[in-house]
Amino acid sequence: MTDQLEGLLREAFPGDEVAVEDRTGGGDHFQVTVASARFDGLSLIEQHRLVYDALAAPLADGTIHELRIKTRGAS
Amino acid sequence: MSDEIRDQVKGIIDGEDVALFMKGTPQFVMCGNSHRALEALRRAGAPVTAVDVLPDPRIREELSTLSGWPTIPQVFVRGELVGGADIVEELEASGELEQTLREKLGDGYGKTEERVVTVA
Repeated sequence: MTDQLEGLLREAFPGDEVAVEDRTGGGDHFQVTVASARFDGLSLIEQHRLVYDALAAPLADGTIHELRIKTRGAS
Repeated sequence: MSDEIRDQVKGIIDGEDVALFMKGTPQFVMCGNSHRALEALRRAGAPVTAVDVLPDPRIREELSTLSGWPTIPQVFVRGELVGGADIVEELEASGELEQTLREKLGDGYGKTEERVVTVA
């Protein structure tokens, strides 16, 4: 599952720093970290929205029970 | 029916100073992220109005349709989405949350008691 989420994030943020951690080992509580130049100048809300967009499918079908997001700009 | 729920949710977002849509209630929190958001708001002294989304799945559906935010919890200050648990924690830690509360609610914010409203 971690690989699948990481794949979706790499697709959405090609070449950027992406990390996914299964927080509980149960395959449904995740911490994702993304560092991308696309975040520069965006509010935290806008940054998290981009991550949510990338993970829309697993969020909608309930695969992700709990998601923690950490975003960082490139600069 | 769903229209009624939507109107109630919208009324809370627009009408409350600080609205926290969460899983459970402040007395009985049912989710780690809801707990994190509540605690960050408490540290900032926010006058929280909490809404439990669990009693009816339509509350969550209507909320996410209105806000465009897919997950719970969701925090609003004077009708504007501030974010979920991660953002609220980050803004609290940097002092920006208190700054936003002061700007939107005035320097004397936080004198109101925490309360719970029910959508039904």
